[in-house]
Amino acid sequence: MQAPTPQPEPNPAAPGAAEVRRFADAVRRRVLEHTLTNNGGYLSQACSSAEVLATLYLRVMRLGPSRGPATPRPFAGVPGPNNPDAFTGADYNGSKGPDLDRFIFSPVHYALVLYSLLIELGRLGPDALDQFNQDGSTVELIGAEHSPGHEVTAGSLAQALSQAGGIAFARRLRGETGRVWVFMSDGEFQEGQTWEAFAALAHHRIGNLGVYVDANAQQCDGAMADVMTIEPLAERLRAFGADVHEVDGHDPDALAAPASGFGGGDRPLAVIARTDPCRGIELMRERTPKLHYVRFKSDDELRAYQDLLAAMREAAA
Amino acid sequence: MIETVTRPHRDHLVRWAAERPEVLVLSADLTASCEADGFRDAYPERFFSLGMAEQNMMGFAAGLAREGFFPYIHTFAVFICRRPFDQVAMSIAYPNLPVRLVGFLPGITTAGGVTHQAVDDIALMRIIPNMTVLECGDATDVDSVLDVAQAVDGPVYIRQLRGEVPRLFPAAEPLRLGRARRLGDGDDLCVLSTGVCTEEALRAVAALRGQGLSIAHLHVSTLKPFNDPDVIEAIARARHGVIAMENHGINGGLGSAIAELIAEEGLGQRLIRIGLRDTYAHGASRAWLMREYGLDAMALVRAVEALTGEPTGIGEDALAAVRLETMQAAEKTEDL
Repeated sequence: MQAPTPQPEPNPAAPGAAEVRRFADAVRRRVLEHTLTNNGGYLSQACSSAEVLATLYLRVMRLGPSRGPATPRPFAGVPGPNNPDAFTGADYNGSKGPDLDRFIFSPVHYALVLYSLLIELGRLGPDALDQFNQDGSTVELIGAEHSPGHEVTAGSLAQALSQAGGIAFARRLRGETGRVWVFMSDGEFQEGQTWEAFAALAHHRIGNLGVYVDANAQQCDGAMADVMTIEPLAERLRAFGADVHEVDGHDPDALAAPASGFGGGDRPLAVIARTDPCRGIELMRERTPKLHYVRFKSDDELRAYQDLLAAMREAAA
Repeated sequence: MIETVTRPHRDHLVRWAAERPEVLVLSADLTASCEADGFRDAYPERFFSLGMAEQNMMGFAAGLAREGFFPYIHTFAVFICRRPFDQVAMSIAYPNLPVRLVGFLPGITTAGGVTHQAVDDIALMRIIPNMTVLECGDATDVDSVLDVAQAVDGPVYIRQLRGEVPRLFPAAEPLRLGRARRLGDGDDLCVLSTGVCTEEALRAVAALRGQGLSIAHLHVSTLKPFNDPDVIEAIARARHGVIAMENHGINGGLGSAIAELIAEEGLGQRLIRIGLRDTYAHGASRAWLMREYGLDAMALVRAVEALTGEPTGIGEDALAAVRLETMQAAEKTEDL
């Protein structure tokens, strides 16, 4: 097996916390805009995860420039031996290289949040969301591996971490220094497969895989504490052998710190990002505890969110 | 007499993988039980123990396959097809990854009872898009199935045999993807058998030929894709009908594949499906279970009688008196 490889220090020119927050707020506005346009969307996921995803892309992951087309390619058929036209959405995360990181996106109902961030980062064209949830488009409501920014098909939740483990394992076998980053939602820790995966990562001493968890404490039926608690998550993960950090999920510096220098050890990294599912859109708190998918119930409510978006745009300008 | 080979997969896997560094073996706490212990000892750096955690193992295999490795999962067939079905379908089959799922203890070949008897695995794997489905029936199939699987662009399910395995077919005649083995020609009846049922079918067909019946007998090792022109021709020629014989439930396996083929090709043949008749089994010896559930040579004789409407006069004694030879000899007999 490979000897631990010293990792370079974080890039001093990396964007600071204020810059990450600026991207995160832009993501919230874009997701709100689309939720208004479509009268429905995974809005609370943008509120909770915007800083986590923005920090991963701006501060944590070493990715090459996007190689995907600005206008997403239409659906070209599912992968198969007779379909040479199938493609991957991972090319929006740059090319694969031994020293480059990989991004595995697990809760793919957050797709709109990821697409929005890719647009803000310039990895995806500004009009890409015109195809969101349209027939024949790969900019799917729940992403698959052809969707921009997606490398695996993870809609059946809690399957991505195992796949990322296999990828990380393979990269270690080949002696690559690049790391594998997995973005997960906390609900996925209800699935047994997640714990099988952490057991395997620890047993095989896979130290080139890091997980960021959007711990927003919400799931489809409501508050996780009512549906099926996963707490104490940090203690559970520590008991499973991970290097666990619990941080404020809206603080870019706190989010980025645990990843600094990560990659040469023999334990997986788990960063539990404690987040607020209404952060930046206070109006949404009225809907608690049903935050999983937002659809406006009345014209008054729709107008209130339209006014909020206008105010958010004004504040950003 | 036919030769019996002890643990053919165990030795063959070690030899076969020697010059294939891209081949890995993943195991879920059934390493020696699935004859992967030889590989583990010979190539420890390519063997990965993933514990009793099949869902995660499927995902790990998918990730390794995405990176250019060829993971050969070894566990019991039930633990590939039932518990982690979603992971097989979504993590492995949807992206068409070259993961090879080697499943042991097919049907009622184990005394392990209902939890260990894969009576639905062919059905479950056959309905998954991109999946190729193979089944071994003898030591020659076992010796050649890895070459066939390795050449497939996509996931492969191998219904594998372990332990004492008869060599029914000449060692020099390997399994071929999508092509049944023609064990005998005839036009009264067409018998299509898979796996361990082929040995039973050979016994019955020999006795039936002795009674003057002309029987086409084909051994099927590729369950999906299922479009062999030899199979279609043999079915079309059968005067009295077709008999499918499989160590599996009658729903979704060989019998169902044949029914689909008969209907879609417009062959209009009667079909009797020998197999477990929409039932689970339980723990007992293989011979006892094959008789109890009607998967043995006598079951085929009874099916022939049902299709022809004539008693054959063949009893247990006559079947017991049949001496099987390797198929080389049987085919020579047929040629005469």
